[in-house]
Amino acid sequence: MRNRTIYLLLLPGALFLTIFMVIPILLTIGSTFFNEGSFSFEGYLHYFQDKYFIGILLTTLRVSLVTTFICILLGFPVAYYISKVGTRTKVLLLLLSIFPLLTSSVVRSFSWMIIIGKNGVLNKLLLSIGLIEEPLNILYTPTAIIIGLVHLFLPLIIITLIGVLENMDEDLLTAAESLGASRLGVFAKVVLPLSMPGLVIGSILVFVGSFTAYTTPALLGGKQRVISTFLYQNATTLNDWHTAAIVATIMIVITLLVTIIMNQIAYKINPKG
Amino acid sequence: MKQKNRGLAVFTFLVFVFLLGPLLIISVTSFEGGSVLKFPIETFSFKWYENIFKVNMFLTSFKTSIIVSLAGNLLALILGIPAAYALSRFDFKGKSVLNAVFISPILIPGIVLGFTFLRYIVTTYHLPIYTGLFIGHTIIMLPFVIRVISSSLSTFDFSIEEAAHSLGASKIGTFFQVVLPNIKSGIIAAVMIAFLESFNNVDISVFMTGPGVSTFPIQMLTYVETYFDPTIAAISVMLMIITAFFMFIVERLMGLSYFTKR
Repeated sequence: MRNRTIYLLLLPGALFLTIFMVIPILLTIGSTFFNEGSFSFEGYLHYFQDKYFIGILLTTLRVSLVTTFICILLGFPVAYYISKVGTRTKVLLLLLSIFPLLTSSVVRSFSWMIIIGKNGVLNKLLLSIGLIEEPLNILYTPTAIIIGLVHLFLPLIIITLIGVLENMDEDLLTAAESLGASRLGVFAKVVLPLSMPGLVIGSILVFVGSFTAYTTPALLGGKQRVISTFLYQNATTLNDWHTAAIVATIMIVITLLVTIIMNQIAYKINPKG
Repeated sequence: MKQKNRGLAVFTFLVFVFLLGPLLIISVTSFEGGSVLKFPIETFSFKWYENIFKVNMFLTSFKTSIIVSLAGNLLALILGIPAAYALSRFDFKGKSVLNAVFISPILIPGIVLGFTFLRYIVTTYHLPIYTGLFIGHTIIMLPFVIRVISSSLSTFDFSIEEAAHSLGASKIGTFFQVVLPNIKSGIIAAVMIAFLESFNNVDISVFMTGPGVSTFPIQMLTYVETYFDPTIAAISVMLMIITAFFMFIVERLMGLSYFTKR
């Protein structure tokens, strides 16, 4: 009787997601293995030999990797600082981190068009102080996509890491220092391993987010395709649903693989995390 | 230690300049009097704010976005509140699987979600674009509704519910008169967070446009492709004001801990 109530409460939502999300995704994945009615891997073989597609895939992976790396380098010290300051400053800095996260990605990517465009703020500034002689071509390159993605995901890794760093036992750090560990030693042997879970979750969020992002590469990438804009182009402009389905499946598989592998790495480094 | 903190403080300051500087610049450019976006501005005017209300596409797509987000929000609440309640209140077989299913719209790439939904639901069943947007946005709002309400229920003392039972209240009556009023602030926060997610969504909406129908962010993208005037900057400022307003309400209702939890 009790069990029936529980499942009755869950049924509408679960059914809704199954019909409108799970089944379409399974049908899409299934469709990639059929070519004109017969079972084959031909679609995948074709795309993994296609230089253009491999180029897009590698660019996307590289962009996502660099973005993740920069986000960790910038985000970790900031999160560490925020977790240590007084309550009032902490609340303010948290609000300032959350605000961009809730702001439309169109707005955030577009703001970079004003800055890194050929006649943009950055070029004007660098030209006026004589650091460069020709305007830099950043907009519509992979670098522009990376800048936009770092801007998009940095708040996410900051607030994820704050959650972990805040819970770190202050006594542990004091103990390590009083036992003679150098500041660098404390960081490498205590702070870093203890923040591993947050670092891994944050990295997964940033990497997967960058790998699948659409708005930022669409606005800042110009002709430079990434995997999501390639999928969109095939699904709509080119009307090639078979290709789009293959790209979608590859995106799902890579997203899943990255998540699983990263979790394994985190477990190896810190089994208790 | 002080020395090191100062270095960190400067570093943190610079990172926040990077995060907020572009938003500040875009806000300043919205007051440009000329017809080309530039920073710093040359003349000051409000004319691009007025222009938002003159461009018909913006008005209709804004209305579409509001309607889709509100209607989707309502359906997400109807589906999500019972699910969040069951997931927080009971232990049962298959709980972790169902949990994963309800969170999955966040984990699956949005562009994949949009494409598969377009191909196997909208096109296959010839759904009107409005209906497609409504269902699609409900999908992406559901995990946020469930997450916020679950976190609100996690602090609810279920023994109150049992007390109401033993005093003779019916199960459904207890839910509406005891449980719901207690998680009221959680529900409002859920509505606001889900609304922002839906209103800002691009990945799903980009697949569902038609003659005269598209959502507000998609209309912005289309506009940017052709024009580089300060209208988008003016719109950005208005969106940021709405966002800040929503954020402060959520902060009042739930505190900031909701955002730092993963």
